[in-house]
Amino acid sequence: MNRRKFIDFFLGGSLAGTVIAFLYPTIRYILPTKQTEAVIKKVTAAKLGELAPNTSKIFKFGTSPGILINTSDGELRAFSAICTHLTCTVIYESDTGTILCPCHNGRFDLSGNVISGPPPAPLESYNVEISGEDIVASKKG
Amino acid sequence: MKARKMRKIINLLSIFFLAISIFSLSLYAQKNSCVECHQELEDELLAPVEAFKIDIHQQFGLSCADCHGGNPAEEDIDLAKDKTFKGAPQRFRIPEFCASCHSDSRYMRRFNPRIRVDQLDIYWTSKHGQLLKKGDTKVALCTDCHAAHGIQAATHPKSWTFPWNIPQTCSRCHSDTNYMKDYKIPTKQWDDYKDSVHAHALFEKKDLSAPVCNDCHGNHGATPPEVTSIAYICRQCHPSAGELFSQSPHKKAFDEMELSECEACHGNHKILPPSDEMLGTGEKAVCIQCHEPDSEPYQIASRIKEKLDAFIKKIRHAESLLEQADRQGVEVSEPKFMLTEANSTLIFVRNLTHSFSLMEIEEKIEEGKKVVAEVTNAGEAALREAKFRKTGLIIATCFIFLLSIALFLKIKQITKKTPNESP
Amino acid sequence: MKNILQSIYFYLDTRFKLSDLIQFAKKKKVPEHKHSFWYYFGGICLFLFILQVLTGILLLLYYTPSVDSAHESIQFIMSQVKFGWLMRSVHSWSANILIAAIFIHMFSSFFLKAYRSPRELTWITGFFLLLIFLAFGFSGYLLPWNELSFFATRIGSDIAGTLPLIGNHIKTFILGGTDVTGATISRFFWLHIGILPLLTVMILGIHVLLVQILGMSKPIGIPENKVKEVPFFPNFILKDSLGWMLILALIGVLCVFFPWEIGQKADPFAATPIGIKPEWYFTFMFSTLKIIPAHIFSIEGEMIAIFGFMIGGLLWMLVPFLDRNAAKERRSPVFSFIGWVVLLYIVVMTAVTYLLPGL
Repeated sequence: MNRRKFIDFFLGGSLAGTVIAFLYPTIRYILPTKQTEAVIKKVTAAKLGELAPNTSKIFKFGTSPGILINTSDGELRAFSAICTHLTCTVIYESDTGTILCPCHNGRFDLSGNVISGPPPAPLESYNVEISGEDIVASKKG
Repeated sequence: MKARKMRKIINLLSIFFLAISIFSLSLYAQKNSCVECHQELEDELLAPVEAFKIDIHQQFGLSCADCHGGNPAEEDIDLAKDKTFKGAPQRFRIPEFCASCHSDSRYMRRFNPRIRVDQLDIYWTSKHGQLLKKGDTKVALCTDCHAAHGIQAATHPKSWTFPWNIPQTCSRCHSDTNYMKDYKIPTKQWDDYKDSVHAHALFEKKDLSAPVCNDCHGNHGATPPEVTSIAYICRQCHPSAGELFSQSPHKKAFDEMELSECEACHGNHKILPPSDEMLGTGEKAVCIQCHEPDSEPYQIASRIKEKLDAFIKKIRHAESLLEQADRQGVEVSEPKFMLTEANSTLIFVRNLTHSFSLMEIEEKIEEGKKVVAEVTNAGEAALREAKFRKTGLIIATCFIFLLSIALFLKIKQITKKTPNESP
Repeated sequence: MKNILQSIYFYLDTRFKLSDLIQFAKKKKVPEHKHSFWYYFGGICLFLFILQVLTGILLLLYYTPSVDSAHESIQFIMSQVKFGWLMRSVHSWSANILIAAIFIHMFSSFFLKAYRSPRELTWITGFFLLLIFLAFGFSGYLLPWNELSFFATRIGSDIAGTLPLIGNHIKTFILGGTDVTGATISRFFWLHIGILPLLTVMILGIHVLLVQILGMSKPIGIPENKVKEVPFFPNFILKDSLGWMLILALIGVLCVFFPWEIGQKADPFAATPIGIKPEWYFTFMFSTLKIIPAHIFSIEGEMIAIFGFMIGGLLWMLVPFLDRNAAKERRSPVFSFIGWVVLLYIVVMTAVTYLLPGL
C-alpha cells in the first residue's frame, strides 16, 4: 500500500465514521420515544374492572401521582393525588368514602373539595373516560 | 229622597277623598325626607347618606327610619323628627341599638334564616364588652369593625371584616401605641403576624382559609385564649399534630407545668414556617428550652434530629442525582415519581415529630429510606447512561478529528502535486 | 465493484452532465495570497447555515409553537427525546457561531475591499443576508418561550415602537398584537421556519452564484506575481471541509460541556427581571440606547440613536458606491479607517454591556 492509497483509505474510513457518528444520533432522535407527547394531558389510569367498588388506585400522571377512585356506587372519579397543603400523596379512605391526606389529616370529599384540616384548596379533578379496556384520566380544560 | 241623594253624594265624596288620600299617601311613602335634607348638608351630616349607598341594609330594603325612627314622609323637619325619632345613639348604647334587630331571631329570619342572633350576648363576654360595661367607651363596638353606615357583608372583599382586611381592622386600634397605652398590652401583634406563615398564606397565596385575628380570638367575643385552650384552637386546623401531641409524654408535663401546648414552641402571632432546626439540640432548637444536656429526653431529641437529617440528606442526594441526570437529558420520570413518595414520607415524619417517639419516627424513616435507595439507584444508573452518551460524543468528535487529519494530509498531497501538474 | 460504480456514474453523467460540472469546478481557480485565510469564512457561514437547516428540521419534529406547550416541548426535547439535547444545543450554538462568522466574513470583505466593482451586488446581498440572520436570531430566541427571551422580545419590539408615526404599527405587526402573546409565537415561528428560510435561499442563491460567476476578489495592491491560483476542486474545497470539521468539533465540545439552557418558562405577568438584555449580537445597539442622553437638542435621544443605526446601516450597504477609490483599484485608507471605527464601536459597546451591566 503506497502513501497515496493509505491517505485515500484513511480519508474514506474517517469520513464513513463521521457519517455514522452523525446518522446514529439523528436516527435515535427521529425514532418515537416512550413518552409520545410533550405535554401530558391524558393518561391511562387503570384497566376496566381493575378496581372493585369503594377502592382506589394511585396512577402516574406524568411525573406526579393521580388517584383514581371507584366510589361505592361504582362511579369512577380521578384527581391529582397531590395534597394542596404540603404535597403529600393522598389516599382514599373507604370506610368514610372520603379522600384523606395522611400527613396532616386533611380531608377532601369526592368532588375534591376540602372538608377539614389544613389544605387550602381543593384537589385538581380530572376527567375520566372509558376507552375500550382502558380507564383514561385527562386534564380538564 | 233628599236624604238618599245626600247620602249618595256623601258616599261618592268619601270614596273620592279616600282615593285621593291613598294616592297621596303612596306618594309620601316613596319620599325620604331624611336623605333629601342630609344630601344638602355637609361633612358628618352628609356622610351617612353617602356611605349608606353601599350598605347591606340598603340592599335589603331598609332605610334610615328603620334604625333611627322618625317619619321620612314628612317634609317638615319637626314633623319628620316625631316622637319615634331616635337620632344617633350614644356610643355606649350602640351594641343594644344594633341588637334591637340583630338579636331578634323572628325579625332576622325574614332576611337571612341562617344568620346568628347571639352577637350581643357573645359581645358582653368579650374583653371589649366587659370594659364597655364598666363604662370605657374607647373599646371596640359594632360600628368600629363593621362601620356605621357603610356596612358590608363579611363576604364582600371590601368589607372591613373580610379575611384579608381583618388584621388591618383590628390593628387600627391594637397597633396604635398611644391609643392602647392605658391597657398595658402589647401593640406589635400586627407586625408579628405579618411575618407568620399564616399571613404569608393569606396575603401572598391569597388563601382565604388562613387564620386571621378572629379565627383564634373570636370576633364578637374577642378575648385572648387561655393557656389551656390555645392547643384546642390550633387543633381546629391542625388536628393530626394535636392528636400526636396528646398521646406524647409532653401532654402530661405541659399540663402540670401549665404550659400552652403549640404556642410554647411555635409562638403565637409570629408563627414562622416550622423548620427542622427547631428539633434537636442545636442553637435554634426548642427542645433545649426545657431539657438539660445529657438528660435522656435531650439525647432522644438529638437522635430524632440526627435521624431526620440523615433522611433528608439521602433524599436531597437522590434528588440531585435525578436533577443532574435530567439536565444531561436522561429520562428519569419514573424515579422522579418514586421520589414524590419519599417526599411524602418526609412530610409525614416531620408531622410525626409531634409524637416525640423515637421508635415511631425511626420506623417511618426506615420505610422512606427504602424508597430513597431505589431512587438513588435509578439516579446513578441514569448518570451512567449520561456518561455513556458523552463517551459516544467523544468518539464522534474523534472521528471528526481523524477526518480533519485525513483532509489535511490529502490537501498536502494535492498541493505538492499541483505545481508539477500545472504548467 | 469498480465497474458497477463506473456504470452508475456513466448513467448519471449522461443525464446530469456531471462531468461538465466537475470540469467547471476544476477550472475554477481561487487566488491564494497572505489574506486568503479570510475566504474560508464564507464557506463556514454556508456550512453553518446547512447545519441550521438540518437541525432545525429535526427540531420541528417535536416543537409546538404555542404558549401552553412551547416551553414544555423544548423541555421534552431536552430531556425525553434521545439526543434531543444534542440537536437543540447544536442548533443554538451553531446559530450563535453563525452570526459571529457572518460578522467576521463581512468585516474581512470590508477591509479587503471585496465589495468594489464588479462585486457591489455580492456585498449588498450579503448585507441583506446579515439582516435576515439577525431576524432569524431575534425570532428564534423567543421560540423556547422562556423568561429571558420573552422580556428581550418585549424590549426589542418596544424599541421599534418608539419610531415616530409608523412605530406602533411596526410593533403591532411584529408582535401580532400590542404585547408579546401566543400570537407572537405563531408569527415568529412563521417567520423563523417559513419566510426567512425562503428569503435566505433566494438571496443566498444569488450571493453564491455571484461568487461563482465573478470568482473571488483579490485584495488591492497585491502584486500579480505574489498571487498564486489554486483549483477550487479539490484543493480549496478540501481546505474548506477541513475548516468545517474543526468548527463541527468545536460545536460538539460546546454542546457536550455546555448544553444550551432551557430557562424558566415565561410568565407575562411577572416583573421584568433585573439585567435583562438581548442576544449578544444586538447588545451594541442596546447599550447605545441605554447610554444616549434622553434629549439631544430637544429631540429624543433614543430616536436619534435608532435613526443613526438605520442611516448607518444604509450607508454601510451602499459602501461599494461610496468608495470611489476602491472602485478604481486604488487604496482607500479612509474607508479602512471607518471600518476600524465601526468595528471598535461594536466591540466596545458589546463589551460595555457585559462588563458594566449597571450602566
